[in-house]
Amino acid sequence: MKDLSITFMGVKFPNPFCLSSSPVGNCYDMCAKAYESGWGGVVFKTIGPAHYLIDEVSPRFDALAKEGEPFVGFKNMEQIAEHSLEENLADLRKLKKNYPDKVLIASIMGSNEKDWEELARLVTEAGADMIELNFSCPQMTSHAMGSDVGSNPELCKKYCEAVRRSTKLPFMAKMTPNVTDMCVPALASLEGGADGISAINTIKSIINLDLNQKVGLPIIDGKSSISGYSGKAVKPVALRFIAQMANNPKMKGVQISGIGGIETWEDAAEFILLGARNLQVTTAIMQYGYRIVEDLCEGLSFYMEEQGVDSLEELVGLANKNIIPAEELNRDYIVYPEIDNDKCVGCGRCVISCYDGAHQAMEWNEETRRPNCNHDKCVGCLLCGLVCPVHAINLGERKLKKGRKPLDFKKVKVQKSFDKIS
Amino acid sequence: MSKTHFSEESVGFSPTLAMEEAARCLLCHDAPCSKACPAMTDPAKFIRSIRFKNTKGAARTIRINNPLGGICARVCPTEKYCQLGCSRSGIDRPIEIAKLQRFATDVESCLGMEFQERKENNGRRVAIIGSGPAGLTAAAMLAREGTAVDLYERKPKLGGYLRYGIPSYRLSEDVLDKEISHILKLGVNPIVNNEVKSIKELEGKYDAVIVAIGYSAGKMLPLFEGNKRAMTAVDFLAKAKRKGYHVKDNVLVIGGGDVAMDAATTSKKLGAKQVTVIAYETNEEFRASRDELALTREMKASIYDGFVPTKVLRGGMVIFEHRYVPTSIKIKADQIILAVGQEIDHGSLELEKGKAEFIHQKGSKVYYAGDIAPLDKTVVYAVRKGKDVANEVLKDLEVKR
Repeated sequence: MKDLSITFMGVKFPNPFCLSSSPVGNCYDMCAKAYESGWGGVVFKTIGPAHYLIDEVSPRFDALAKEGEPFVGFKNMEQIAEHSLEENLADLRKLKKNYPDKVLIASIMGSNEKDWEELARLVTEAGADMIELNFSCPQMTSHAMGSDVGSNPELCKKYCEAVRRSTKLPFMAKMTPNVTDMCVPALASLEGGADGISAINTIKSIINLDLNQKVGLPIIDGKSSISGYSGKAVKPVALRFIAQMANNPKMKGVQISGIGGIETWEDAAEFILLGARNLQVTTAIMQYGYRIVEDLCEGLSFYMEEQGVDSLEELVGLANKNIIPAEELNRDYIVYPEIDNDKCVGCGRCVISCYDGAHQAMEWNEETRRPNCNHDKCVGCLLCGLVCPVHAINLGERKLKKGRKPLDFKKVKVQKSFDKIS
Repeated sequence: MSKTHFSEESVGFSPTLAMEEAARCLLCHDAPCSKACPAMTDPAKFIRSIRFKNTKGAARTIRINNPLGGICARVCPTEKYCQLGCSRSGIDRPIEIAKLQRFATDVESCLGMEFQERKENNGRRVAIIGSGPAGLTAAAMLAREGTAVDLYERKPKLGGYLRYGIPSYRLSEDVLDKEISHILKLGVNPIVNNEVKSIKELEGKYDAVIVAIGYSAGKMLPLFEGNKRAMTAVDFLAKAKRKGYHVKDNVLVIGGGDVAMDAATTSKKLGAKQVTVIAYETNEEFRASRDELALTREMKASIYDGFVPTKVLRGGMVIFEHRYVPTSIKIKADQIILAVGQEIDHGSLELEKGKAEFIHQKGSKVYYAGDIAPLDKTVVYAVRKGKDVANEVLKDLEVKR
């Protein structure tokens, strides 16, 4: 097993995997079990000011399914920690005492500068190693808290400054994805004194409707509300925000904790390659439990072995140079599909998708029940390769578009296949 | 294992399992399953409907294409038809099409849905003799077009072999009654306990007469004629459906088709201690469907393949010789059930020999369907032939569609 330790905001983590501030880190026992299971750190469920009373709805979750697959996406209406401030602080103290080598992150959320200052001081005293400012919960019952703050750069900056005044601990600001450009609130937070950025919090959502009662799910006395959406389905949105921040020249070297749909080590590696040096997980834990950290760590370790690296540090941000503006992409060539007739099972899905969703290039032999690509019509979109259920369609012959400067195709890199599982 | 042989053996898919199974389907471009279904039920379409959460639409497709869709879902040997060419086999195993069909038709049944409608009366009158799967299907297809249909059945209840042959643990009376009720709701007039004596007489009263009397008599081998221990599987299965029927302890079943398997499993379910099946076919040639054979094995019947009965001795002793290997079996049984094929039970109905080799002869008012007509003798083919004959009749009677 490789050494997965990595330094984030000046604190060394045994591995980058942390519980995110959420129902999975709600009390001492949960966090202790997570540490025992192998999580590198815990972001304790967001602690609010004593004057803000938490009163939750029941039920409070729902999941988006596709075919037989549940939890493609997840909706959560739960707010911040419902335990009293004293209980939460006592739990923090006990966690730090019993797990001194693990990283303890306190998440806090205030409704005004005084709250923020006070909470930062209290969690510092309780022994937290670092702090996360929750600027982003989309289901708070107060507009002075949560994502309404995170979409307001002035407030982000002001509250960061307040926290900076009362603690020397490193702290990060947790961003809401319910903005067009996350760099704006992130930069404001950094200006206000934040040491890093965590992203993303959940996306405002209505996940499913009960078609008979004509109300969103979950139903609470005949009504529902917009609230946060998370899970595998949000990963692409999270990666995009993280890449944009990491690639922003004004944010060079920014310390990022990546959050959003991490379930497997592959998801984790993607966040790292786009610049995250810390990772937070909730939805996958809610579905599968803390034990998933075993495969996250082991899988990431094997990946490091394959990549020939000894430190995760070496992988951070490596993919960012390859995310470029659309206008800069090489548009001089097309790649034709290559059909492996031994693998093909003859379902003809490529033919359907090519006709109905692309360029009518895939022809069907009714006798042999096998497809054939007509290069005169094919534009090389390769939708066929994505829909093929047996990965019998790969990237084949490359062709220079008419009138373009010759290319050395040996140097033109394309993906190996469309197989996401191999 | 169910406690009685009157309740259905298998449990259908839950919605989740149905969705998972539908998600396994590759949703083929030119689906082999739909091409292979003799009844043209169109599994590719109804599986896609399930996949896209349109279970009612799936049920509708099935019912419109196959008036006995809920029955076929239970008794069709799908591995020989729709599942045979399933593209998914190229990955692992074919889609469980029958179970998906059952799921959709169970939903239809639970919700009490009626998809078939009767058009305005078309002024034509058709008599159907025999209410087995072919007769029922023809009745449904004709009635949908507004035809007045009289369905003649000599037994007290409709269904033919579906009711008096197929064991209840494969097809319950309940399901059968519901399937038939869909057809009766189309205005089909059942005339039960009525054995037709003369086709000619009906020809005078109707615009067309469909003969669908089935192969309702079990064949008896000459070797067993008059043997008190011997009976045909058809007789046995009909008797086994009556409450209180007692099977003997040691049962010998001769035959290797689905009916033989039904006789063997039914014997076991009724309490026979030892059931021995001896088939003429070798395992290479075996005719019973995979599921039927599996259930027979699960019921712990002994199965021997490739043997022909050659001699019957006193006291129920039967000698069998192997067809290819010089070896013999001597077996003594209290009860001998012969499942060696079926034939027309003419009863008192005169049927011109050779007539039924065609569905219809030009100029005649008489049509033939079901087992007595060409093609396979299975329920799904009976449905197919019922559809075909109805189309033929509607065409000949110039019914506008």
